[in-house]
Amino acid sequence: MVVIAQRPAAPAFVAQGIDEAAARRTLRTQVARLERELAALAVHASPRDRIDWATGPHAGPRLLGLGELERLRDDLAERLHEVQRVLAARAAREAERRALLERMLRDPGRHRFVRISQADLGEPGCGVWHVRPRLGLVGMLAGWWQVKLSSGCPLAEGR
Amino acid sequence: MSRPGLQAGWIAAALRTELPGLGLVSSELPAPKLRRSPAGVREHLDALAVRFRGADALVLRQRPVPHAYRVFFRHVGLDPDVTRVPVEAAWMERLVHGGFRSQGLLDDALTIALVETGVPVWALDADTLDGPLGLRLAEEQERLGGEADGVALPAGRIVVADATAPVAPLFDAAAVGRRVTRRTHRMLLFAVHVAGISAMQIEEALWMCAETLGAR
Repeated sequence: MVVIAQRPAAPAFVAQGIDEAAARRTLRTQVARLERELAALAVHASPRDRIDWATGPHAGPRLLGLGELERLRDDLAERLHEVQRVLAARAAREAERRALLERMLRDPGRHRFVRISQADLGEPGCGVWHVRPRLGLVGMLAGWWQVKLSSGCPLAEGR
Repeated sequence: MSRPGLQAGWIAAALRTELPGLGLVSSELPAPKLRRSPAGVREHLDALAVRFRGADALVLRQRPVPHAYRVFFRHVGLDPDVTRVPVEAAWMERLVHGGFRSQGLLDDALTIALVETGVPVWALDADTLDGPLGLRLAEEQERLGGEADGVALPAGRIVVADATAPVAPLFDAAAVGRRVTRRTHRMLLFAVHVAGISAMQIEEALWMCAETLGAR
């Protein structure tokens, strides 16, 4: 008969307690890192991105268990990923618009009546780049096209 | 006004173990008269409002003190984008109202300390407290203020408590019977210390509040 030496099993509750405390510390560190990364991205976000920053319903202040911390970490990671995706998509859109503006400026005649707002370019202000005919109808018939930048935000109107 | 004497509060073992860096610091002062703020205090509020611009609201969460409170909020199950950390809530109010509205000397002093340092300070009627303040978890069937008609607290909620009862949920308004009123003689200012914030920043907030309350 072969006797297999068995390690004495550690008391389950002690081992579990030690591991869980360490796991909770690790999760809290990860949560702090995710929060820092989200805060850094918030600077680049604009209301037009319509990003929902909230991570779900929350009760009052309490000690979170391992499962709750895991869910929180996962929610934050998902939120971070979503924000990165939205910002990357906007950056790509703006780059495309900037390239279009360059083409408009080079050859207005091939981009008749195209409009690009400052917001579409990721720039502040209400100006709009617009390809229009010089001298109105005359320019239209003669093929004289130009790019005009409107003067900015409309004035507030009294009621 | 001289620097207030500071007292470290007690922290329940469960909280100390799970949330290292958590602390409570308090300072007892004679209660101010609850009156309209002097001109100097109102001017200080105006100057703070001018100093702040909309773009600051975006970068606020990256600054060390608001960031530390945001992380702590996450750690205790609060979403700082839903339940704003106090300094962000103050700035939001500034944006909505176009300035910091004066609401009396005590509230103005608390606002100035909060906005200048990022550290929230609360005030309680010291004569209604039983022993030093601390932080612990609410027990089964506890009520805010220990009063029969006080708000019921869920077990496990983190509360600011004295020796007998919870006096305020963490980062929330105190029980009605513990607040500073016109009849208050001695007042206890307290601030909650979280990981990532230095003791000096907490002391600065309490000192600034005390100094504003002593303004003529």
